[in-house]
Formats: sequence, C-alpha cells, structure tokens
Amino acid sequence: MSDDAPKRTSLYDEHMRLGARMVPFAGYDMPVQYPTGILAEHNWTRENAGLFDVSHMGQCLVTGESFDAVAKAMEALVPADVLGLKPHQQRYAQFLADDGGTLDDLMITRHAEDGKLYVVVNAGRKDHDYGWMERHLPKGVTLKRLDDLCLVALQGPKAEEALAKHAPAVRDIPFMAYADVEIGGIRAQVSRSGYTGEDGFEISVAHADAAKLWNLLLADPTVKPVGLGARDSLRLEAGLCLYGHELDETISPVEADLVWSIAKRRRAEGGFIGAARVQKELAEGVSRKRVGIKPQGRAPARDGTVIADASGREIGKITSGGFGPSVGGPIAMGYVEAKSSVPGTKVNLIVRGTSMPADIVKLPFIPNRFKR
Amino acid sequence: MTVKFSKDHEWVTVENGIATIGITNHAQEQLGDVVFVELPAIGKSVKQDEQAAVVESVKAASEVYVPVSGEVVEVNKELEGDPALVNREAEGSAWFMKVKLSNPGELDGLMDKAAYDKFVNG
Repeated sequence: MSDDAPKRTSLYDEHMRLGARMVPFAGYDMPVQYPTGILAEHNWTRENAGLFDVSHMGQCLVTGESFDAVAKAMEALVPADVLGLKPHQQRYAQFLADDGGTLDDLMITRHAEDGKLYVVVNAGRKDHDYGWMERHLPKGVTLKRLDDLCLVALQGPKAEEALAKHAPAVRDIPFMAYADVEIGGIRAQVSRSGYTGEDGFEISVAHADAAKLWNLLLADPTVKPVGLGARDSLRLEAGLCLYGHELDETISPVEADLVWSIAKRRRAEGGFIGAARVQKELAEGVSRKRVGIKPQGRAPARDGTVIADASGREIGKITSGGFGPSVGGPIAMGYVEAKSSVPGTKVNLIVRGTSMPADIVKLPFIPNRFKR
Repeated sequence: MTVKFSKDHEWVTVENGIATIGITNHAQEQLGDVVFVELPAIGKSVKQDEQAAVVESVKAASEVYVPVSGEVVEVNKELEGDPALVNREAEGSAWFMKVKLSNPGELDGLMDKAAYDKFVNG
C-alpha cells in the first residue's frame, strides 16, 4: 500500500461485512452509511442506540511527573481549565495559534493515574496537533501516541441500557467523565461523552479487541451501526462545531460561541497561546459570530452559501448546512456579522442565484439530552 | 415504451413528441435519501446536457441534466411534497419533468437499457 492510500481502522472488515459505503475521510477509508441509509441511521440514534467507528480520531497521552505539571503544560496550549479537572473528568478545549485562530478542538481527560492526561484530537489534524504539542510541551512533559487503540461511540437514549448489560458500572459514569470497565471480558476505557447531542459513551479498546466489542454491541437489538453521514447530521442538529467548517485557523473560540469552554480564571489570567485575541474579544466583542440558521423553505443551503441581509448585502457564509432529519427540514450553521446574530433576525441565503428567506435561530436545533 | 438512458444517469421515455425525464435507480442509490428536488419553470427552454433540475440528498446537492432539448411543459409536483418518492420509484412515478422535443434525433445518441447497465456495471 502506498503512503497516500487511505488507512483502514481495525473495523474495516466489519464495515465491509455490513455492506457499508466507504468514503475517504481525513486519510481513512470510513463508512459514510450502511445499507439502511443516513436518515434511518440518524433516526435510530435519536430513538435507540447508534454505534459509530471513530477510530480515525487521534488518541494520545500527555505525561509528566505530576498532574499539576501536565495540567500546567496543557493550560499553556488551551484556554480551558485543565488544573480544575478532578481525576476521571474530561473537558472540551481548543488549540489556538498565536493570533488566536483555532488549530483544532479536542477533549482532555484527567487520567486516574497521576501525571497523565488522555487527549483526543480530530483525525484530520492529528499529525499537526502531535507536532504542535511536541514543539510546545515543556521538558519533562511528553506526548505518547496511542495508535494501538480503537475508539467507538455508542450514542442514543438506549446506549446506557445496551452497554450496562455487559458492564453495569457504566450507569454510574457521570457526563464528561470516564471509568475503566470490562465489557464482556474486554478491557475498555469508557467515557460518557459524544458528538450527537444524545446521552452516550465513547469506548477506547485495543485494536485486537475492536471487532469483538463491535459485534458484541451490535448483537443487541437496540444497537445499529451508524456512519459518518448521520454523524454529521446529528452533530449539526446538536449545534456542535466541526473542525474545517465552524472552526479553522481564522476563527477564534469567542467568535465560535465557545466561551462556555473557557473558565473564568483563564479568561482573567490568560497565559495560553492566543490569549491576547481571546481576551480582547471578550472585552470588546466580536465582529462575527457563529449562529444557527433555519431556511424558511425546503431547500437545503450548503457549506459556502452566502448569507445576505434584507438589503442584499453579504453579511456572512454558511459553514455547515443540510437536512436535519429530526427537525424535518433544512438547517445550517454559519457566521454572520455580530449585529445580525440575534435569534429572530431575518436573513437571505443565496442558493443557486436565488435569494431564499431564512431566520437566525438559537442553537441547538434539537435539545441536548446529555445525562447530567 | 422504449426507455433511453444518458451517461449522466437520466432516463427518458417519449410519447407523442413529449419526453418524460427522471433519474435512474442507480443514481438514486448513489445519492441516498433524497430530501429536496428543485424543478425547472414550465415554459423554460432547455438544451441537451444542460442542467435543468437539482436533487438534494442528506449529504449533498446534485445537478440533473436534460438528455434532450426542448421546452419544459410539465413538472412533477409530487416531488415537492414527497422528495423520497425518488428513492422509492426513481424509474416510475418519480419522474422529474416532461419536455416537448425540439430535436428528436438526439434520442439516437442515448443508450438502451442493456448499454446503460453495461455502462454502470462496467
């Protein structure tokens, strides 16, 4: 296999066996959908439990002599509160460039063992992020890639029930925390998190156990496999950012409406790469802001669609747009001038040369059902 | 009635100089769940291989080209309320538009069923 051939996850053979349609994504051959199709997979996840292969994402450990040492090292790279994490807790964060643009978004977990952070980054950014961390982590704090691990997500209102049949302990995992459990004899690190707006888990296991775990979970009648297509429509309805769309090197977390992920202490103290822009925008406001957009008609407005005000002047662009199966119509997210970002604002979307009316709406489109 | 097929995955049947045009079953399978169809205005004059409609799945928008030239005389209003009909009956009741042929000779350049199946399956 040549270097630029798409990589395969350990579940590739399972996807083939299930009749998945594979597409290249972030350097991997990934299932975009299974034979039932994106709509059915989306709705199944909202009503039952969807099983996702997210092994393409980058799992790694940041290790040092103490939690204090690794947390401080990580806080220099992200605006989130890492020092405040209790053992087993996890938090959403972003890597920022010097100018405050977003390099990636990620999850940081405080490992039960002292001096260890477990970090998950986006598939398409992992080489960048590993390099970025290696360049910026201080002496004594090191990065270890966990390329021998797979990651699957089990998401939906019946996820807990399905997983607890094999590992009752998962019932007690709080939202945004993890536990080491055995699932049918397979050692797994299970966190209560995900990217669908539903309750659910992300399960990290050794490559050798991935297919066994996958098939064990699929044996449950409430669990069906779900591809990247429905993963995208689920996260869009949940109002969650996708790197390369709602986040990129030009966009700050303040513009992206991610201020909730920046603790008060960090806003005041700064001390992370990109802090100058973040603090300035927090104090003075932003010129553009991420919003939800609901077209009034039936036509979806896709990524890149121009957003205009009532006079026809361009005020922004759509960054993700499509059809929301649970909403039952087209939905989108994008950036508009701050003064047009208030929910209820009327805008026009320029789709194939025609101006279509739409409303700025509050996110998410579907209420999150995380177990808090 | 003879059905002809285009390389862009449209089908055509002709009756009394009026072509009925839709997308093939292969095309709807590739698209996945159809959620929106944009049809041309009645009276619009279209040229062979020109884009005349848009079909959108959950994932993406795709252009629909007309395999024959002429004037659009009817569009399938059913598709506006029930775009998923394209997934259920692509080569039947989910036709997109009817075009009054201006150059019936164009039909000769299209594929028959055997040729189209070979084109799709290689």
